[in-house]
Amino acid sequence: MLRFIVRRLLQLIPILLGLSVLLFAWLRALPGGPAQAALGERATPEAIARYNELFGLDQPLIVQYLRFLGRAVQLDFGNSSRTGRPVTEEFLERMPGTIELTLFAMVFAIGVGIPLGYLAARKHGSWLDSASVIGSLLGVATPVFFLAYLLRLLFAVELGWLPGSGRQEVRIDATRITNFYVLDGVLTREWDAAWDAFTHLVLPGIALGTIPLAIIVRITRASVLDVVNEDYVRTANAKGLATATVRRRHVVRNALLPVSTTIGLQTGLLLSGAVLTETVFAFGGVGSAIFESIFARDFAVLQGFILMLAVVYVLVNLLVDISYGLLDPRVRVR
Amino acid sequence: MSIEDLPPHGADRTGQPVLEVDELTVTFTRRGEQSTRAVDGVSFAVAPGETVGLVGESGCGKSVTSLAVMGLLPRRGVQVGGSVRFDGHELLGASDRTLRRLRGADMAMVFQDPLSSLNPTVPIGTQVTEVLLEHRDMSRKEAVDEATRLLDRVGIPDPARRLKEYPHQLSGGMRQRALIAMALACSPRLLIADEPTTALDVTIQAQILELLKELVVDTGTALVMITHDLGVVAGLCDRVHVMYAGRIIESADRHELFARPRQPYTGGLLASVPRLDGPRGAPLHPIRGSARDVIPWAQGCAFAPRCDNAQDDCLTEVSGSTVPLEYDGPGRELRCRHPLSYPSTPAGATASGAAR
Repeated sequence: MLRFIVRRLLQLIPILLGLSVLLFAWLRALPGGPAQAALGERATPEAIARYNELFGLDQPLIVQYLRFLGRAVQLDFGNSSRTGRPVTEEFLERMPGTIELTLFAMVFAIGVGIPLGYLAARKHGSWLDSASVIGSLLGVATPVFFLAYLLRLLFAVELGWLPGSGRQEVRIDATRITNFYVLDGVLTREWDAAWDAFTHLVLPGIALGTIPLAIIVRITRASVLDVVNEDYVRTANAKGLATATVRRRHVVRNALLPVSTTIGLQTGLLLSGAVLTETVFAFGGVGSAIFESIFARDFAVLQGFILMLAVVYVLVNLLVDISYGLLDPRVRVR
Repeated sequence: MSIEDLPPHGADRTGQPVLEVDELTVTFTRRGEQSTRAVDGVSFAVAPGETVGLVGESGCGKSVTSLAVMGLLPRRGVQVGGSVRFDGHELLGASDRTLRRLRGADMAMVFQDPLSSLNPTVPIGTQVTEVLLEHRDMSRKEAVDEATRLLDRVGIPDPARRLKEYPHQLSGGMRQRALIAMALACSPRLLIADEPTTALDVTIQAQILELLKELVVDTGTALVMITHDLGVVAGLCDRVHVMYAGRIIESADRHELFARPRQPYTGGLLASVPRLDGPRGAPLHPIRGSARDVIPWAQGCAFAPRCDNAQDDCLTEVSGSTVPLEYDGPGRELRCRHPLSYPSTPAGATASGAAR
């Protein structure tokens, strides 16, 4: 087990090296540059040259890259050219927001998706089944930004039931400990702050969770339909077990194996930044940070964020692989 | 008769059949398709301590018969008719609750493919104890002890360790033994074994059959053995029903059947088995055609298209009636108008091997 984890973590090294080269090349290939973005379109060539010299952007690419790499291994990705703050600090402020949002979206997707998919399979061929199939097709097909605007317009603007932007009301002066706003509110017993941060998660969380929800419904349904025809379910029935036992131990448990893989992959995807959703809801997570940094040609933030997200993605997948072994003894890692 | 040869321990209603199947029909209907009758008027009975074989090629309806008896056929698209009585109680149309109480406790089944018949994500131990916990008043600990005893009894070495393992960690033979242990957990009065040895190699096959034989002798369980393998029949069954295209076409005592098969199909089955005591290089005699070359029973004998003895009156059109299953000497029934015949022999001669 430990060897498996270590091996997977070692695999991170070539992944990160390759990714950093690609990133570096891609960013430099963008038209314009940080100087242009920072100083505006009418900046004089002298100003731009001075700016580049200041930030080391006048050096040959290879030197820039090695210098970047040397600092990156110490978790120093430089300072944001936009805010002047260290990239790592910005990341630690933004990432918790994305994690909270992902958790909300996935809890929503799993909590609704698995029961719905299971019911659809149980009532195979009924109106509920057809509705869930069509509904999930719609869910996958609806563009996220469209759904996000729709939700915001309806529930935040028209009805005013839920907040439609940001992570917290500005007027609430909450204490920050971990930058997980909901958690901070609970830790400091500022219940109104915790609740307020939570309500800010609802709309973007639903918008973000819709695609995973639709996928989970479909996979659960198909998987349950598969498993009920398995020989071992017939064996369980032949043993005269109570229907509830057959369902719980023999159907659901096996049917959830493929679902758990999907959940893992989707969680990884959402964690690496929901650019569209976060932008629509002006939600201060990593997604909106990346979006803003691209326009500002904020190389330091882009490089740092994307590399750290890659680490997060690999770690999430590692967790998924480990937990998969808990569910399915056949793939248990030793 | 061989029933008397096997004194069934613990069975007080000697002679009274445990299972009586009467005119069982199973019809599968699918929307937009013609319905198929997989089982067509099958009747047989099994007494305690008796082993009855249902023999036939793939698709002849033997497995469907067993599933119908257990009430394990899907509800949708299946019509079951006739009667299945367990201990005199009608099972067809019985409530799901009643059936669940009987299954696993009084009647149990061993399936053909042990790997797919076991849940891959649940330890063997749980799969054994769940039957005990469901049907017997046992604590978890008692159930685990009993499961250990059961695995030991079916010949699984180191049972305490095996209980914690998963199906994929066991060998094929051990998995089948584990399935048998589950079926035996509550000492059922009826055990249906659906080709329990097809997925196993020959030496393991022999061990499993030996195990089943011991069980019948030890516990007086009524055993229904479903197989296409005449070797299994020869080693195990007291009575044999040969099925073809959903109907029984010949029923006889095992020794009678092997010595003097009457239905040309049965004769063909026996002739197509290689024999060690035959002359070297003697050719095998396969039955010509395939199981698909059948005609519906309403039009005549379903086996007629493949039969060497077939004549015009095997067809309903010519004879004016379908071929009935008729009395064919003591303990024998036959569905055939032109059976294989044998020069008359003194009654005891061929049955000399009947006492085991």
